[in-house]
Amino acid sequence: MADVQVQEQSKGGKKKPKKGDARVDMTPMVDLMSLLITFFMLTAAFSKPKVMEIILPEKIKKNEKVEPPKIADSRTLNIILGPEDKVYWYPGKADPEVTVLQETDFSATGIRQVLLDRNRALFRKIDQFEKDVIAGKINIKQDSMRSAISQLKKDDDTGPIVLIKAYKTAKYKNFVDIMDEMSIVGIARYIFTDIDWIEEKLVVDAINRAAATPSGSAQ
Amino acid sequence: MPKIKLGAKSPRIDMTPMVDLFTLLLTFFILTATFRPQESAPVDTPFSVSEKPMMDANVMTVLIAKDNRVFFNVDNGPDTILKFRPKILAEMGKRYNIEFTEDELRLFEKTGTAVGVPIQDMKKYLASKDSDEKIALEKGVPIDSTDNQLALWILFARQINPAADAMIKGDADVEFPVVREVLDILQDKNVNRFNLITNLRSAEVTEEQIAE
Repeated sequence: MADVQVQEQSKGGKKKPKKGDARVDMTPMVDLMSLLITFFMLTAAFSKPKVMEIILPEKIKKNEKVEPPKIADSRTLNIILGPEDKVYWYPGKADPEVTVLQETDFSATGIRQVLLDRNRALFRKIDQFEKDVIAGKINIKQDSMRSAISQLKKDDDTGPIVLIKAYKTAKYKNFVDIMDEMSIVGIARYIFTDIDWIEEKLVVDAINRAAATPSGSAQ
Repeated sequence: MPKIKLGAKSPRIDMTPMVDLFTLLLTFFILTATFRPQESAPVDTPFSVSEKPMMDANVMTVLIAKDNRVFFNVDNGPDTILKFRPKILAEMGKRYNIEFTEDELRLFEKTGTAVGVPIQDMKKYLASKDSDEKIALEKGVPIDSTDNQLALWILFARQINPAADAMIKGDADVEFPVVREVLDILQDKNVNRFNLITNLRSAEVTEEQIAE
């Protein structure tokens, strides 16, 4: 271990300690310490998980009478989270005779493109605003930047109103993914609601259709 | 030309300053490290682009494991002196006519693990030393309407610590109806703001996508 040299000399009456090197070899200690430091640094940096905040509208109590909010059909976009990471969507109101669900997925060219096509004006506005802040054209503090963006979203009246629903075999991951897409694309108005029976039937139809034409669904 | 003679010196380096620095750094990292208790069930959280870090205190977490078991966890509050955990357990015991002893309450305070047992089995769970036995007892907190213990845990957690924020830590592959049920229970207790615990990933919108 440490090479402290202590030599006993037992010849003669006089004891003369030999002049030795009293140094301790610190290399193993340094090795161990750097290992421990690396360990603690890495765990400190990576252990913190992130959170995503969502706010759901208050539940309507059974004995309470609340008028459902009226929303324009032309602006609504319905998204249904389907099984096996599929996403179905249709614009406007569900009609069991006419509505056909469009199928897409969570890739960058999937549902994000659909949302972006409808939310382009607002997305450009937010993007331009953020670029201006970075370039220094607009001098604004970090906290007021967030409120400025939410003001931009509030003033927007062209973007879609997205209604998100989940089919019974959807995964929790899909729910987080779709909420994510909302924040990536900067959708101003979106809400999570329960699926109704018409939509459930439409999803079943869409699954059956995909099963009937296996070659078509591969695309 | 005369040769330059190199002195026969030992090539040792004085490592003392380095060791000093390392010790300091090590002490710093050890002291700042927070040790989280081991999770009862492995939960793979989904990925999201959210960059908001998780809060350290004042949280109550509902864990949803892959096999649809539900766990509930709550912390002691921002200060250890507050002792929220034993208070909540005592309230819970009162409701089910179970008297918890001082020792049991203290043990519950110290172990920060999530509650995954029905309250009827809590005494047995706290008394058991064997980890296999503990795992066998963890059947998940009942959430069905006949005996909705999760709702009571949430109710008491909010009564005792009104500042507690609701967190949901669900496994990515949990089927959504289970999550919906948990959300419903939380909303019944007037919790409308949730934080979903996620891992960070990045996503970008390319220029072509913005172009029409």
